[in-house]
Amino acid sequence: MTYFFITSLLKIVGILFVVILPMVSYSVYAERRVSAFIQDRQGPNRVGPAGLFQPIADMFKLLLKEDFTPRNVNTFYYWLAPCLAVMPAIITIAVVPFGSTLFGVPMVIADINVGILYVFAIASLGVYGIVLAGWASNSKYPFLGGVRSSSQMISYELSLGLAVIPIFLLVGSLRLTSVVRYQIEHGWFIAPFIGDWMNPWKWLLAIPMVLSFVVFAIAIFAETNRLPFDLPEAEQELAGGYNTEYSSMKFALFFLGEYAAMITGSAIMVTLFFGGWHLPLPSWHGGFHWALVDGSAPGWRGVIGGLFNIATFFAKVAVVIFVFMWVRWTLPRFRYDQLMRLGWLFFFEIALVNIFIVAGIIAFLPS
Amino acid sequence: MAVTVQRPKLNWRERMYLPAIAAGLAITIKHFKNMLFGRTKVTMQYPEEKWDSSLPDHYRGAPALVRDEEGRVRCVACQLCEFICPPRAIKIIPGEIPSTDRFAKVEKYPEEFDIDMIRCIFCGMCEEVCPEQAIFLRKDYAITGFTRADMVHHKEKLLEIGGVMHGVVLKWNEKK
Amino acid sequence: MSPFLFWIFALLMLVFGAAVVINRNPVASALSLVVSFLGLAALFMSLDAYFIGIIQVLVYAGAVMVLFLFIIMLLDLRAEEERRINWVASVGGIAVALILLIQILLVIGHFKAARQTFPPLAGSTIDDVRNVGALLFSNYNLPFQIIGVLVLVATIGVVLLSRRDPR
Repeated sequence: MTYFFITSLLKIVGILFVVILPMVSYSVYAERRVSAFIQDRQGPNRVGPAGLFQPIADMFKLLLKEDFTPRNVNTFYYWLAPCLAVMPAIITIAVVPFGSTLFGVPMVIADINVGILYVFAIASLGVYGIVLAGWASNSKYPFLGGVRSSSQMISYELSLGLAVIPIFLLVGSLRLTSVVRYQIEHGWFIAPFIGDWMNPWKWLLAIPMVLSFVVFAIAIFAETNRLPFDLPEAEQELAGGYNTEYSSMKFALFFLGEYAAMITGSAIMVTLFFGGWHLPLPSWHGGFHWALVDGSAPGWRGVIGGLFNIATFFAKVAVVIFVFMWVRWTLPRFRYDQLMRLGWLFFFEIALVNIFIVAGIIAFLPS
Repeated sequence: MAVTVQRPKLNWRERMYLPAIAAGLAITIKHFKNMLFGRTKVTMQYPEEKWDSSLPDHYRGAPALVRDEEGRVRCVACQLCEFICPPRAIKIIPGEIPSTDRFAKVEKYPEEFDIDMIRCIFCGMCEEVCPEQAIFLRKDYAITGFTRADMVHHKEKLLEIGGVMHGVVLKWNEKK
Repeated sequence: MSPFLFWIFALLMLVFGAAVVINRNPVASALSLVVSFLGLAALFMSLDAYFIGIIQVLVYAGAVMVLFLFIIMLLDLRAEEERRINWVASVGGIAVALILLIQILLVIGHFKAARQTFPPLAGSTIDDVRNVGALLFSNYNLPFQIIGVLVLVATIGVVLLSRRDPR
């Protein structure tokens, strides 16, 4: 019991303070560099080598700025909102398996049997921060941002939830570790080249899976308020939306919350569709096959394997984050009615039909 | 008169938007790649790289007083530049040249010559109006200081920036 | 879960449940209700009923209350805050609530089940999602289907009502 408690604490501290929070601040830096490169600019390159210490400088800047509270705001909720914006994004990571095992300890903070539902439940709480910020600011632009955000999130949560149902039809469990296990045995959902890849049924299943992935990815874009769906912020029309009235560290918390949500969204996407921490390595010992590297091997090889899995997971997350940024700096923003129509009339139906297709395939699947 | 602009009729490929999105993504990643491998060169990294060598001859930088080849300060303190200066950045206190001097017939020289670089708008009218070819706009553009007083260029500073100007008319020299 | 945590969450739930009624500001009431739901979800989870607990958060705290908040925010809140408290009505309400509480306690006291201790549940390895699903599709299949049709009818109704006139 004590052992479990200590390892859990170590995992929480390790993953939060060593990986997630630095990743958040460095994804802000990466966003600026990537956007600059896409637009033929340089981006921040002055603080430290290639501007790598920029997040630290930014942090000092934000901490030292005047923390201004406008007079007409509802003070308590005005202060509560930034906290509510950050928290859900960070605690979602609790159920994501970010590695196999290290020293025999499973690399997931809480392996509960309703993993993905937990993710959706916590993600749906994320809207409170934005809505409260909009309402408490007592100002018209933040309010519009908050209203937009709540309707957008509710609309796209449906597609998000429906898009992942095919996966759980296949896996037969809502546990995220089971999803990763399944993908290790049967190949990643959108790339079933591992395992019995000669099986034509698997390639048939990959078609609705890719569809599912597209819907899921777009819904994640909408859920994390990223462009092309950043209607709640919409600098050009709402002057920053819900965070217009915020300054200093409170503004930074909204900012960090947005990026933390992006990271957890990428982590969920990697876990569900890209095989989580699994990276197949080709092996020629006794004929060609895909070797599985994980932390189960004895001695230092197990430790290396476990670390390799963790590194693989976060490398995949980083790639997905890059795609997030790439899309952001390519596509213009949707108009609000187009956004709603897209969500309700298009993705909702696709996801729904997709479930029936997968269910049909599974029903006829010669297991 | 209201004109109804016909919306273009989209075929099914254009209505799917996906080809357009893919094309856009391809363009941006191309830019990203070229930038990453240093193939695009647009930005000049200012303090390290400067454009000094490619400044044109007519560049209007900081105004400065010049000496001629013989080392004489060209300004005769006629104060035309002081009067023409649109933001009134120039302040001159004239002094008398003693009769023993070689150029005694010039009569006046600037005892003090201040240009307030906070006010100066680099218009070049002082250079244009000067009958003595004494004030020129040079190529100094990074003029900085910690206080307002730092930003006032006194006579010494102006002469230092100006240096020696060759090829000007030497009308005060004795005829030979 | 230790009784300590049980008391924390139970207290949280009750305090914020009371805050829903006491608060004059509707937004504060709605948020108190959300916290109350979260406490309830934690209590469900302490009984190893993860599915119900998570659904509690997902449906009530995450969707229903967001819609509530959405509507409340569009109201004029000044009027509500300036309304005077009707003391007769509040005393009467408290009296009714107390009578109801006493009745409930008396009724529970007469149940046999209320006085016996239950054996602890089987370990935490039960797959409650599977159990809920199996139960829904076997024992409660007919009500489930009826609810499904009901929801479908409601959806179609909303679509019809919100459709613009094709003029």
